[in-house]
Amino acid sequence: MGGTVVIEYLLKHYDDLLIALWEHIQLLALTLFFSLLIAGALTVASIYMPKLGEILIQIFSVLYSVPSIALFAILIPVTGLGRTTAVIVLTAYNQYLLLRNFISGLFGVDPAVTEAASGLGMSKMQVLLKIRIPLAKKALFTGIQLAAVSTIGIGTIASMIHAGGLGTILFDGLRTLNVYKIVAGSVLSAGLALLVDGIFKCLEKKQ
Amino acid sequence: MLQKNSMTPSNKEIEDKETVIEFRNVSKHFPGSRFAAVNRLNLKIREGEFITILGSSGCGKTTLLKLVNRLYEPDEGEILLFGEPIHKKNPVELRRGIGYVIQQIGLFPHMTIEENVAVVPNLLKWEKKKVANRVDELLSLVGLDPDEYKKRYPSQLSGGQQQRVGLARALAVEPKIMLLDEPFGALDAITRTVLQEELVKIHQGLQKTFLFVTHDINEAIKLGSRVIVMNEGRILQFATPKEIVQNPKDPFVEQLIRSAREQEKLWEELL
Repeated sequence: MGGTVVIEYLLKHYDDLLIALWEHIQLLALTLFFSLLIAGALTVASIYMPKLGEILIQIFSVLYSVPSIALFAILIPVTGLGRTTAVIVLTAYNQYLLLRNFISGLFGVDPAVTEAASGLGMSKMQVLLKIRIPLAKKALFTGIQLAAVSTIGIGTIASMIHAGGLGTILFDGLRTLNVYKIVAGSVLSAGLALLVDGIFKCLEKKQ
Repeated sequence: MLQKNSMTPSNKEIEDKETVIEFRNVSKHFPGSRFAAVNRLNLKIREGEFITILGSSGCGKTTLLKLVNRLYEPDEGEILLFGEPIHKKNPVELRRGIGYVIQQIGLFPHMTIEENVAVVPNLLKWEKKKVANRVDELLSLVGLDPDEYKKRYPSQLSGGQQQRVGLARALAVEPKIMLLDEPFGALDAITRTVLQEELVKIHQGLQKTFLFVTHDINEAIKLGSRVIVMNEGRILQFATPKEIVQNPKDPFVEQLIRSAREQEKLWEELL
């Protein structure tokens, strides 16, 4: 049965699907932008105050364990339904993934190397930019990659608060018991995750 | 067997030189430690001296060194370089004027040898041509052919070669003071001997003040124009190698010399 019917469905509804996919990519881009901005600032602060880093990771790990639906629900009275709330929640989740990888990567650099660097007269910022970041590149990359893939996944749930994206197709399908919609939504979000993952792997190899 | 550093000066000569490093009642205590790593230390080092600091691990010799370039801050007292208290200076700028070499070498693995040596000149924004010339000059000085090694990465060099690069990197902007923290501690005996001799030559050629930390009494006596013997944060004796060997002023110093002599006896018995 399936094959031809699925294709028929795709042909008939490809515009809806493309819109949902585009919304999802926008959600991903916005979330990654703000996540990196905040995680970057918090990481730099942690270089000056190492204790702060530990505390932040603890706080965000607790936050990370809160189910996303609950977090969305908590924020609705404050920021309302829609994309803003979704981006805030997704950004908060990403902080754990990003900070953990950023901080452990940057502090995992051989202490002899960083000591030599500051002993030669590099400021803390110069040690960070010229020594720690280039040497921790792999860990930094892993963090961003994880955050992107997790945003694509949790992002589908954001459709429940009218943030759009592939989740709308998926949950429409669930509500109306439309298998084709469920399959289309799942395949597209999994495909997007794989694609983004692949792009990161390529970028990492190029370095 | 031991080729002495021919720079050994008389006391009169030492007195005449300008004081480069001065410790005034300096203490540093690390939390959780039984005794102060550096305990009310007073010290004057003159220009052009090659000072070796001898002591067993945990005696405070590395702490003393790191107080000079402000990797550590003293709890008490003050340190003067060329008569000026260092706590009034910007630590980053202070360090750019002091060479620093450590046992673990700490070359930057993601940079070529050339880039490693050029780190401080680049921080000081020297022009490209000047940096390139200086790198060639320094690599030749430490006995590495620039054309052969410049473009390599640290992992492609042996331990001895890496420490030569470490030395070149520290000498890059002609620091007047060089701090060396057991630089040859992890090298094999032959490489160490060769590098010791080259270091003495470099010191004589450049007229810089060297502070060299070691736990090896032979190394301390061979290299030092004067030797500081430390234990539990205090200076037990600060004198020329000859004076230390002939008149040890403390039971600990005596014991150090005796143990070195016993080792030598072992050699003689076998010959």
